[in-house]
Amino acid sequence: MHNDQDKNLIEILDGNVLVDIAKYTNYVSDPQAGAITTFSGTTRDTFDGKTVVELRYEAYVPMAVRQIQAICSSARATWKIHAISVAHRLVHHADALDACKFMIDELKATVPIWKKEVYSNGEVWKENPEFMERRSMEPAGKAVDAPNVACRRICCGAKSKVSDESTACEMNLE
Amino acid sequence: MAAAELKTENVDVKPVGNAAAAASSVNVRVLFFARARDLTGAADTLLEVTSGSTAGDCLIELIARFPGLEEIRECMVLALNEEYTSNSAVVKENDELAIIPPISGG
Repeated sequence: MHNDQDKNLIEILDGNVLVDIAKYTNYVSDPQAGAITTFSGTTRDTFDGKTVVELRYEAYVPMAVRQIQAICSSARATWKIHAISVAHRLVHHADALDACKFMIDELKATVPIWKKEVYSNGEVWKENPEFMERRSMEPAGKAVDAPNVACRRICCGAKSKVSDESTACEMNLE
Repeated sequence: MAAAELKTENVDVKPVGNAAAAASSVNVRVLFFARARDLTGAADTLLEVTSGSTAGDCLIELIARFPGLEEIRECMVLALNEEYTSNSAVVKENDELAIIPPISGG
């Protein structure tokens, strides 16, 4: 399943550590690659009209890394990808492109990471709808719903201006 | 192969994992995450179950010990040794079982 020669960098980061985007961009940069796509997730401060005072994350780290490895393998089965770097900061996000979108959707359905929103008057553990739909638990990372899209050349995936990067998914496409 | 000391009271002796002979019970480490940890008050616990027990059997035992888990019984899934598993998977000595409530990463 996971090929040791696959160039994957996978990190689960403590909430206090800022994501060093350059590190992940450098990891995937290569003269062979035709494009780099980047997804950066951010946190927001309101939900359903309630002000979020705090986000708390936890993770089953060894299994989370394992699941992300499986997602990388699955993405490679569909698209020609040279290198992938994924950093999930235990801190939160929204949309992306092609292989990046697939990976984020898979992550939300299968990777054991949890988020609790703490309001001034209560708190709740969030639940991803993707997980609830997938409870039959296909083997991790299976591209069940991945669109069959041919690899496209994209000039530097558009990066939205973010004040607080939380999830970074970088990959380059051959 | 080292001969393990074992109690042989009416136990169907079959090789389990690397053991030359079966023990009558196995010890499983259980991890509780997120809401599951809130409900049990513990991050982890040790479970001793009959040899040949399944993940589902462990869950029944856990709910008996921590009735609060009933709240998430229908929406949780189980992981055995860092892989998602079904209720019918047989647990072995020193396995790690995790209670996985609905996830929210990404």
